[in-house]
Amino acid sequence: MSVTSSTAVVDQLGELPPGHMQAPPRSWWDRSFRPLLLAGLSVGIVVLAILLIFIFVSGWSRLTPTLWQNMPSIQFPELAGAQSAIMGSIWVIATTACISLPVGIMAAIYLEEYGNPNGRFFRLVEINIQNLAAVPSIVYGILGLGVIARALALGQTVITAAITLSLLVLPVVIISTREALRAVPQSIRFGSLALGATKWQTIWKQVLPAALPGTATGSILALSRAMGEAAPLLLLGAVTYITFNPSGVMSAYTVMPIQIYNWTSQSRDEFHTLAAALCVLLLVILLIMNGVAIFLRNRYQRRW
Amino acid sequence: MKMSTTAKPDTEPRNLVGVSADGSDPAPTPRAHSLMDALVFGRPAPSPDLLDPVLSLRKVHVYYGDYEAVRDVTMSMGKNEITALIGPSGCGKSTLLRCLNRMNDLIPGARVAGDIRYHDIDIYQPDVDPIELRRRVGMVFQKPNPFPKSIFDNVAYGPRVQGVKKSELADIVEESLRHAVLWDEVKAKLKESGLALSGGQQQRLCIARCIAVKPDVILMDEPCASLDPIATQRIEDLMRALAADYTIVIVTHNMQQAARVSDRTAFFTAELDDAGVRHGRLVEFDVTNKIFTSPADGRTEAYVSGRFG
Ligand SMILES: Nc1ncnc2c1ncn2[C@@H]1O[C@H](COP(=O)(O)OP(=O)(O)OP(=O)(O)O)[C@@H](O)[C@H]1O
Ligand SMILES: [Mg+2]
Repeated sequence: MSVTSSTAVVDQLGELPPGHMQAPPRSWWDRSFRPLLLAGLSVGIVVLAILLIFIFVSGWSRLTPTLWQNMPSIQFPELAGAQSAIMGSIWVIATTACISLPVGIMAAIYLEEYGNPNGRFFRLVEINIQNLAAVPSIVYGILGLGVIARALALGQTVITAAITLSLLVLPVVIISTREALRAVPQSIRFGSLALGATKWQTIWKQVLPAALPGTATGSILALSRAMGEAAPLLLLGAVTYITFNPSGVMSAYTVMPIQIYNWTSQSRDEFHTLAAALCVLLLVILLIMNGVAIFLRNRYQRRW
Repeated sequence: MKMSTTAKPDTEPRNLVGVSADGSDPAPTPRAHSLMDALVFGRPAPSPDLLDPVLSLRKVHVYYGDYEAVRDVTMSMGKNEITALIGPSGCGKSTLLRCLNRMNDLIPGARVAGDIRYHDIDIYQPDVDPIELRRRVGMVFQKPNPFPKSIFDNVAYGPRVQGVKKSELADIVEESLRHAVLWDEVKAKLKESGLALSGGQQQRLCIARCIAVKPDVILMDEPCASLDPIATQRIEDLMRALAADYTIVIVTHNMQQAARVSDRTAFFTAELDDAGVRHGRLVEFDVTNKIFTSPADGRTEAYVSGRFG
């Protein structure tokens, strides 16, 4: 087939008049398309650069160890730090990971390996997950406040925040894990099953390890989104002025985006500098997380 | 075997297919040029009747949904014999092979009617555990499919999932790799990925992985399809050696391969029924020599002599 069609192309080329290889005069649209695309691309980069330079310059003077060594203070901005917010973020994100990763990965395994894709239940779940991924985060905040903080009486604690953020990132974890599982070739499953492994052994020892890099990439990106999230936590009452580190999941807490929000709403300029410095720190952490995700993706991409 | 060609001395035949002992000979391999050459192998001819069938199929039909891919197959595979399944593409060889260790269970819509027995057990009875069956009836796939793990872990995987003690694994891995004639090539790099091997080495790794679980039967679906002549040669030699301990069923498109390695050959073809639907049918099943030298059916003759398909 392909041989005949390619000879046909060659024949056609042979009949073309000499000189047909010269580029035809290009239209205005043709010539301007590429610069236009470049311009579109540079808007993003320029905005990001301006943003980074701006907050870097404004926060530079407070990018000192006191930022993570000291607690927030209302009276003494020159002594104030963000340790409670940094530790709060770590607690909340770690707890979120502990909840959302096992649940999300199990859900994805069910959908990819066990579920019947033509079943009604399966399609209902699938559509719901896609819709949930598009729900604004503030809505999750309302849910968390009404159901987790009040109805379940978990209050304004790390665990409430973690459960709420877990719900927020769960669709992303499930979708990216499913993609990673789907990328594992069937021949690996068949090879394992043909050796007398059970379905569960095949999933646990072959499919999941092979899907791990993809899962990790998606999960890290999802968690880094949760880390920068302020809206749902504002509703959950993380606004309170906290000068201690969380001591457990039932502890009160604040997180970095909320601390930034607090400081920017203060009237004194010193606090704005602090907010900018904390922004830089948050961005650095997020960039590192995304960097790890990209590294994992490139390092372990398609080994078969 | 009454053919005059069997008079060739036993020590000679390996050279007929022309690879020097260390496999390094770069000269074009003077392989068997005709089927007659290929049949000159100095093996004792199998008895015309199967005395000790390990697998026996009776009136087997295989369906994919409503489509009947294989129709009414009755045949057996004898102990310590190599049975070759040949026939044109799409005649249901792979389908039939996958039924023998119930890998077809994994294909949605696939269904088997009739009777397939492993020794005396009807393997499609509800009380038969396909996992247990696959431990005894192993499979090597057409495309080498090593796991994305180290060479050691590839071979140790089967024993591990069956709960073999950790202390025994090293011995099993070495023994299996030796058995698959791969040990000398990989003994220094057991910790490296199985995917870093060449295609032929990967296929031998898959064979080692398969024999590590000590099956009774090995099913091979075109195991040499993606290999060069030297790797093919190695795998064929390996199959002959394995036949001493295992019962082997092999699907192949290579007539000479079937002639060279198998004891018995089953020829399948795709037949149109009255409604114009193609079904795989077993045309002839006999001792390999017979199939290639004096087949009973005209279609077999046409196929093995290259006038068909
Ligand atoms: N998973 C499947 N679902 C539906 N039909 C299938 C499936 N696998 C095979 N078939 C059909 O069954 C028939 C036999 O296929 P099979 O793969 O067994 O042929 P084969 O003899 O192995 O061919 P080849 O030599 O090309 O490998 C074909 O018509 C094919 O289309
Ligand atoms: Mg096939």
